[in-house]
This record gives sequence, C-alpha cells and structure tokens, in this order.
Amino acid sequence: MTVFDDELQHLKEKLLRMGSLVEDAVKNSIIALVDRDNTLAQLVIDNDRLVNTLDVEIDEESIRLIALRQPKATDLRFITMAMKITTDMERMGDFAVNIAERALELNEEPVLKPYIDIPKMREIAQGMIRDALNAFVKKDKKLAMDVIMRDDEVDDLKHDVLQELAFFMAQDPTTVSLAMKISFIATYLERIADHATNIAEMVIYLVEGKIIRHMVLPAETEQ
Amino acid sequence: MGSCFCYHDIHTHPYDHRQAHHQVEVPVVTGTSEIEVTSLDFYYSGNIHALKQINLTVQKNAVTALIGPSGCGKTTLLRCFNRMHDLYPSNRYEGEILFQGKNILSKDVDIINLRSRVGMVFQKPTPFPMSIFDNIAYGLKLKGVKKRADLSERVEKALMHAALWDEVKDKLNASAYDLSGGQQQRLVIARALAVNPEVLLFDEPTSALDPISTAKIEELAATLKKEVTIIIVTHNMQQAARISDWTGFMMLGELIEFDDTNKIFTAPSEKLTEEYITGRFG
Repeated sequence: MTVFDDELQHLKEKLLRMGSLVEDAVKNSIIALVDRDNTLAQLVIDNDRLVNTLDVEIDEESIRLIALRQPKATDLRFITMAMKITTDMERMGDFAVNIAERALELNEEPVLKPYIDIPKMREIAQGMIRDALNAFVKKDKKLAMDVIMRDDEVDDLKHDVLQELAFFMAQDPTTVSLAMKISFIATYLERIADHATNIAEMVIYLVEGKIIRHMVLPAETEQ
Repeated sequence: MGSCFCYHDIHTHPYDHRQAHHQVEVPVVTGTSEIEVTSLDFYYSGNIHALKQINLTVQKNAVTALIGPSGCGKTTLLRCFNRMHDLYPSNRYEGEILFQGKNILSKDVDIINLRSRVGMVFQKPTPFPMSIFDNIAYGLKLKGVKKRADLSERVEKALMHAALWDEVKDKLNASAYDLSGGQQQRLVIARALAVNPEVLLFDEPTSALDPISTAKIEELAATLKKEVTIIIVTHNMQQAARISDWTGFMMLGELIEFDDTNKIFTAPSEKLTEEYITGRFG
C-alpha cells in the first residue's frame, strides 16, 4: 500500500465517521421528538459542531490531495465526490438540528397525535444515509441504485403526513401551530432522504464515470 | 420532444464490448482525420515484434498524446509516422499508415519529402553547430529557397511561430549553442516549422527542460495545433492531460486504449489504463 493509498483510506474513514454522526443525529432527533426527550434533542444540537468540523477537515484534506497528488481517474472521482458528499452530509446534519429544535418546541405542548409515519420516514431515511455512504466507500453501484429507489417511499410518507395534518388543521384551527411544526419535521426528513439520494448518485459517477443527476429514472419513463 | 437521458444509458458505453487489447475500437473522431493507422505491426531487426496490430486515427489540427511505460512502443510508433526506422534496413513495417489518404509505408514514398511534411522534435534539443539564422535557413536552402530576402522572411516567420523571435531577433548571427535549453528546443521547433510541415512529432520534447521552458513549449503546442497536427510522446502524464485532445495508452507494443483525453484521465475504460495513470501499475 502506497502513502497515497493510506491518505485515501484516511479520507474514507473521515467520511464514514461524518456519516455515522449524521445518521445518529437524524435518529436521535426523532427519538427526542417521540420520547419527548429534551436532553437528547439538545445533544443533537450540540453535536452538530462535530459534523461541521469534519466537513471542513474533509474539504481541506481533499484540496491537499488534489494539489499534492494530482489524482486521476478513480482517485480523482473519489476525492472530488468526497468534497461534494460532505456538503450533502453537512446539510443533513443541519436538518437533524432543525428537527431537534422543533422537538424542543413540540415537547412543551400537548401531543397532537401519536407519531406513526414520522418514525417510519426516519427509519427509511436513516437506512438511506447508511447505505449511500457504504455504497460510496465500497463502490457498490447496486446498493446505490437501491438507495435512489427508496427515496419515493419517503416522499409518499411525507405526502400522507401532510394530508393528515391538513385534516387536523381544517378540523380545529387551534392545532395549526403544532401541525405546522410537525409538517416541517416531515419536510426535513424528506430533504434528508433527497441528500442521501444525491450521495447515491455520486456513487454511480464514482463507479461508472457517468453523471446521472437530473436524469429520468426507468420507472418514471414508463409512467 | 427533448432528449431523454435515463439510467439505462450508463450501461451502453460504446467501448464496453472490446474483446482483446489489439482490437481497440477507434473512437469516432469528429474533425478531419490526418493519419489513419490500420493493423500496424513493426519489427526491429526483422524479428523483435515491437508494435502489435495498432489501429488509431490522428485528428487534424489536434494534439494526440501517446503515453505508457518505458518500452511500451510509444516512441517506436511515433517514429513510424516519418519512417525514421528506415535508417536501419532490417526493420520491418506491416499494415498501413494513411497520411492524407496515401499509405506512407509503401515503397514508392519519397522519404525526404515525407520528413519535411512530418517534422520531428527530439528529447534533447538538437541545434546544428551554426548560427541561429542558419539553423532555420538550412532546411529552406535544401528546399531551394536561395534569395536572402526570402530566407530572412521565412526565418522570421518560423521564429515567430515558435515564440522565439522576440528573444533572438537581435542576435540572429549568434551561435545556436548560446541559447538556453528551452530556447534551443524552440529553435528546433522553428527549424521544423520553416519548411511548412503538416504534422509535428514531439518525442518527450520537454523532459530535459525546466518548468518555465516546459510551460512555453506546452503553450506553443496549443498555438501550433491551429496550423499543424501534433503527436507527442510523453512520460509526463500531467503534460499529456494538459495539452492533448486525444490520448493513447500503450503497453507491450499494444494500444490498450485510445480516447478523448478528458475521458482517459477521468474515467478510462480499461483497467490497465486506470492502473497506469493512477500509479498502481504492476
């Protein structure tokens, strides 16, 4: 193994560490909401600085490798995609903080309804983050495609949540404030899944050298 | 209706179905082709098989780079384009190299004329032991240019083309050996340009030069390709990436991959190319 291989491995480990922090943040933000756990919500908010630090470190490391190693082919694609992935992960971390902030607010209010679809959205989105990152470091195109396909499930759940909340608001206008906060959370989760999808699309570029962003999925062309 | 891209497209890469290295599919070259190499084999001393079934298209007014490890055959291929190997009679070519439609490997080709149309610049600068002016005028005189005024005009034009005029215009009668290495290399390029070649072959033209002189030669290549077709052999992969439009990767006498330079350096199709350009070779 060359020194450069070691450096790439180091970068890979940092990406995984950042991914793991973001995955935990998403999970804990929803647990804090469902279990009405303010301490956990505050932990998510406080831990975001660790994600931000890694975001900067990965960018700096990538720029250093490009300048000093002049990477080509797979190495070039890996390093440039690492830089893009950190942006997506950092945004996911911010959305987890937004969820935790809404949880702190909602935890002060009476429960509008039991949370059923939101934990489901969280579970899928969290799995998408984990699999997108694993697909990236293992260069696993099949797993990446699987992540891309799962995004629709989160979109559908968000749609259901918003419809249900609209019903509550129509029935009783005093629920608007609570319902709006919950609908924000559903939207944050949906955006988190979109960012995981972005990462999965980058895996296709990493493996195939082909940018597939903004293309139409086979399932969509059949519609 | 707009064009529709879909994920299926990523499985339809045109170079996915290569059977063997010597059957490298030549990508569609969008401009005019200058040189067409078909099933080229080359043997040193009659029996050392140095080039194996080479097929490639060199595009007119573009820079084509040949890269690969030492001994891969890139310089051997370069030297085929102006029949440099003919200096040793036991060397043998098989196949075809069409230069503007004519096979330059056929016996009736006028080699001297070919070499003035296909000029060559070597690794180390090779100025003649004479003045700067005479270095350039030498080839012109051989081609029958006699009048001093005509010679002066052509010498000035060649030196300007080679981006050397401003540095030597006041000392044209000085010895070429007084110039720096980088200036000498540009002088040699000017000498080749003076006889109006259509193709210039560069055999590691900057490997003996400092970074500033190297940058000047690279800039020069980018300018010259508007008028001449350039084929360059280089060990410096960054140089190939910087200055060429097309790149061929060679190994053990075979052309492993030939494609758009951007593609070769970002997403090559062949594993061997990938290993070589990422430094994980062997």
